Amino acid sequence: MSTRTHVIARKGRMGSYAYGLTLFLLALTGFAQMPIFKRYYIADIPGFGWLAEFYTTHFLHYLAATAILAITTYVVAEYLLVTRRYQRLSPTGVARAAILLGIIVSGILLVIRNSVFVPFSPAVVTVLLLMHMGLTMVFLLFALYCKLSCRPWTAPV
Amino acid sequence: MPESISRRSFLKGGVAAAGSAAALALPSAAAVGSDGRNQLATLLDIRKCIGCGACVEACRQANRSKAPDPEKPFPEMVPPRVPVEDWSDKQEVRDRLTPYNLLFIQQAEVEVDGKKKTLTIPRRCMHCVNPPCVNLCPWGAARQYKNGISRIDYDVCLGGSKCRKVCPWHIPQRQTGVGLYLDIMPSFAGNGVMYKCDRCHERVAKGEKPACITACPTGVQQIGPRADIIARAHELADKTGGYIYGETENGGTNTIYVSPVPFEKLDAAIEKGPGRPHLAAAANSMDRAENLTAAMIIAPFAAIAAASAKFYGYMKSGQSDKNQGKAS
Repeated sequence: MSTRTHVIARKGRMGSYAYGLTLFLLALTGFAQMPIFKRYYIADIPGFGWLAEFYTTHFLHYLAATAILAITTYVVAEYLLVTRRYQRLSPTGVARAAILLGIIVSGILLVIRNSVFVPFSPAVVTVLLLMHMGLTMVFLLFALYCKLSCRPWTAPV
Repeated sequence: MPESISRRSFLKGGVAAAGSAAALALPSAAAVGSDGRNQLATLLDIRKCIGCGACVEACRQANRSKAPDPEKPFPEMVPPRVPVEDWSDKQEVRDRLTPYNLLFIQQAEVEVDGKKKTLTIPRRCMHCVNPPCVNLCPWGAARQYKNGISRIDYDVCLGGSKCRKVCPWHIPQRQTGVGLYLDIMPSFAGNGVMYKCDRCHERVAKGEKPACITACPTGVQQIGPRADIIARAHELADKTGGYIYGETENGGTNTIYVSPVPFEKLDAAIEKGPGRPHLAAAANSMDRAENLTAAMIIAPFAAIAAASAKFYGYMKSGQSDKNQGKAS
């Protein structure tokens, strides 16, 4: 492996780690929006008390959402400008991208709802919340399946 | 109740209340804008409150049909440390907020103009302009209407009490043994329903005033568009040398109190605790999240800029490879 290829591969791994870490933080703080970590003793484990602090987990969820927006936009822009010349999305990559898009769109709409002076109808909010949470569960399970069955996001053109 | 109300003062107050009602007709929900500035707000003139409890009784009467009717015995809670909150045998409690008592009168022994006096303060949900109970409810059971009313949908609420924890005044109160959680996994998720003032949203939708306002014999409360109510509160405070609470607390609420004594003194004098909210300063609890919203808007643009820079580098290196090829 040449030095340049080695650097690119290392950057790719770092990007994957950042993406994985951000997704983990999003999922953890997202589930922490439900009052379950205190009830089921998880927040009692030393060092995990913050999982029961709703404002802390909400802030971290927003922070990780900012990061995932940046990472996703960067990857999409990079794909359109550069990567698609030699790689395309695999079928499981397309499925994951579609689910992720649903999670991001519903998340953006919920952030807008949470902003001052933007009341959504109760039915819309309930649909958005269930969609956000349901798609996250589907995405996590599907990502696990893809990882275990060695199905990458992309394939060579 | 600190003092009973005489028939004479009741009638006198009734006339005053009717006068103020005529002076401030309630705009219809359709006439209220959705930008928050014109949410409906209430102004409570603490000087006028005689602590008769008429508002409390009217509130209880208006909400009787919505009061919890729990099924007993309650489901066994898993894990056992999950607290059962049962007010069904204490429905007559009136000196704090409960699922059966969504409004109560708080008392403060303070000095007004050099004389010791008992001030009485009607307390209920503040109906925040940007309510954290609504924003952070994980099920969408807590809702806010365009007219600024925030309410909990008792048919959807699972009773996790997150709304109470995130509320700066810890207003919502739980009743175990009622609601949707009984039909899902009663032992493992949920714990009843959370109850709080919904400012008589059905009456307001019909253009009527909340029960506590119409029942008050001394016209303690006024209701109207928030901008008007804020202006009235300042006018009243300027005229009487009073103090304002609720205008900026938690980023702004739709319940504005005007008191003849500073709220720090009132807060020190009232009994506080579960079901008995404070009157202290409250910072905007959604502030940090609102600040991050700006970062969320910027993030994709920064990412596009970074990807474009990479694309530029890629094209440039491709060009230089071509040039090198030609040269060799």
